[in-house]
Amino acid sequence: MSESLTTVDGRPLKAALASAERSKRIRAVLLVLPLFLFIFFSFLYPIALMLYRSVENPLIAQHMPNTLAVLEQWNGEEVPGEEAFAALAKDLVTARESREIGKVATRLNFETPGLRSVITGSARSAGRWEPPYKEKFLDRRKEWGELETWVTIKRLGPTITAVNYLAAVDRQYDVNGDIVQVGEDYRIYVDLFMRTMWMSIMVTVACLILGFPISYLLASLPLRHSNLLMILVLLPFWTSLLVRTTSWIVLLQTQGVLNDIMVWSGLIDNAQRIQLIFNAQGTVIAMTQILLPFMVLPLYSVMKTISPSYLRAAESLGAHRFLAFWRIYVPNTLPGIGAGCLLVFILAIGYYITPALVGGQDGQMISNMIAFHMQKSLNWGLAAALGGILLAGVIVLYWLYNKLVGIDRLQMG
Amino acid sequence: MSQVSLPQHAGAIETIWHYLFIFICAVVFLFLIAPILVIIPLSFNSEPYFTFTSDMLALKPSAFSMRWYEDFMAKEIWQRSIGNSFFIATFATLLATTLGTIAALGLSRSEMPYKGIVMGLLISPMIVPLVITAAGIFFFYAVMNEYIPLTGTYLGIILAHAVLGTPFVVITVTATLSGFDHSLTRAGAMLGANPTTVFFKIIMPLILPGVISGALFAFVTSFDEVVVVLFVASVEQQTIPRQMWAGIRESISPTILAVATILICISIMLLATVEILRRRSEKLRGMSPG
Repeated sequence: MSESLTTVDGRPLKAALASAERSKRIRAVLLVLPLFLFIFFSFLYPIALMLYRSVENPLIAQHMPNTLAVLEQWNGEEVPGEEAFAALAKDLVTARESREIGKVATRLNFETPGLRSVITGSARSAGRWEPPYKEKFLDRRKEWGELETWVTIKRLGPTITAVNYLAAVDRQYDVNGDIVQVGEDYRIYVDLFMRTMWMSIMVTVACLILGFPISYLLASLPLRHSNLLMILVLLPFWTSLLVRTTSWIVLLQTQGVLNDIMVWSGLIDNAQRIQLIFNAQGTVIAMTQILLPFMVLPLYSVMKTISPSYLRAAESLGAHRFLAFWRIYVPNTLPGIGAGCLLVFILAIGYYITPALVGGQDGQMISNMIAFHMQKSLNWGLAAALGGILLAGVIVLYWLYNKLVGIDRLQMG
Repeated sequence: MSQVSLPQHAGAIETIWHYLFIFICAVVFLFLIAPILVIIPLSFNSEPYFTFTSDMLALKPSAFSMRWYEDFMAKEIWQRSIGNSFFIATFATLLATTLGTIAALGLSRSEMPYKGIVMGLLISPMIVPLVITAAGIFFFYAVMNEYIPLTGTYLGIILAHAVLGTPFVVITVTATLSGFDHSLTRAGAMLGANPTTVFFKIIMPLILPGVISGALFAFVTSFDEVVVVLFVASVEQQTIPRQMWAGIRESISPTILAVATILICISIMLLATVEILRRRSEKLRGMSPG
């Protein structure tokens, strides 16, 4: 029987339907394609490029090939022999002639601080030297007699390396190639990641505590009034981030409005004005205000759907008003709480501008360190590795958000 | 009856709690809005201070002046920054809105394969930390400069800002399309309109509020963006946020407060536009009583 179902022109209905579906699907894909290609080339590919930066390491392999070839056989237990020093002299002289020695020295210096001058200084002298080289190198700089120098060179030999990621979690290879913690004075990144997490959690919790009551108020008021109050939530949302950060500086600095009010009202003495900004606390305050709308909007839209009759039902069944609120209303708002907290946390963890402007010493976050390595120290590999770790965290949270809330329910006012 | 009004039979604790709740809400709203509003009077300060002088509190006319606005008007760098900001934001918005709207039309069709993943990727510029995006774009432009100069050019900034703006357009337009009755396009086609006519005569008028809201979001995103500008722009592409950033970091002058006040006025206008559009759209689609 099913064979006989055909279209007017005699094609089987199933095939006709399939081809119609296919052309519809192609049309949908074609509509999305331009944006997809645009995002792919100017966003996804650049990020992939950055991730590649975090593992690529061509410099040493390119400019110290002879030294690396000799070190291949080296056991790593004592300072290598004359052969290695001869290769080193050759590499340094070539690198100096091609004017790349500075880059090589900088790269080695990122790994073992102090090596920059060792490399550039020796390279300058090596051109005048005759073999044997070993004593001359050792005379020039005592670092050549240290295992660590040679280990550093050998470690940076491979063109694909994990050293940036190790550095980003305060680890490095030791002389034997085992992974160990870096010296106590250099351990900063794990602490920084922890601080970033901790500050983001503080901001998220503060947003929830402040956002819950006003969302409740907005959801319970008649639409006419809540729309007016909603403007108070949306206006900060539309105001420039830099404007809001500037306002917090104006409000919180020691000669600022808040301190003035406290002195004027006699709460504190003029001499003991409180340092409220340019520290972690100021950053958390400013970020809470900046991110609060992202908590209020999802909470409000969930609360709006909770029927007030649930509460009335609970009360008529004998529950106290507060108990009914806690046992009936709050559990119903959980989807909104989840959505708001995840969104605020995701946005907070990558924050850069506010901590940079009001963070002072102890309010800096991981993004600030990435920017520092991108722009000041020019250690792009490490910046990329720190970025890679941050990105991995954000992707996990984003995936979770998509699973729990759905990305299409993301809303902005 | 609203839930927050106090019932007649409320006891003492509930009454106290009710007023406490109102008080807490008032404090939170103050926390949200005060930082923005406090800047406006301070920008008229005649002294170079960032706090209210006693003369200002006494409302003496001599304590107020337009000098920081005059300073803003007189300084060539601010004028250039504002021109650059508008130029970059306008073209970034055009690009983002065009690509985003077309993509949203495809994404809202039920036939679209892998919708979840594609949507997730297209929205991701909004979620990925700006520093990471900026670093990636920095490396990418360094590679591309050989073929087409992007670092330190207007084109480079416009492309990067368009990327950051597209998620907003995609979200607002797909939201508008969620209540869209697809039989309308079929009806149009059946009555002899070609797809272009259907788009401009039927789809566009219905989704226009969403498109404009998305465009305004994209505009604000570009207008307020500073991290990408810091990473890949040259001095020539100085924008308002970049200039404010420099001002806050180096020598904070009250001129920044005047600029901030102007930006707040722009935000208020944009917010009003978006709110009007949203209500119009909800009314059009019958989602809201008023």
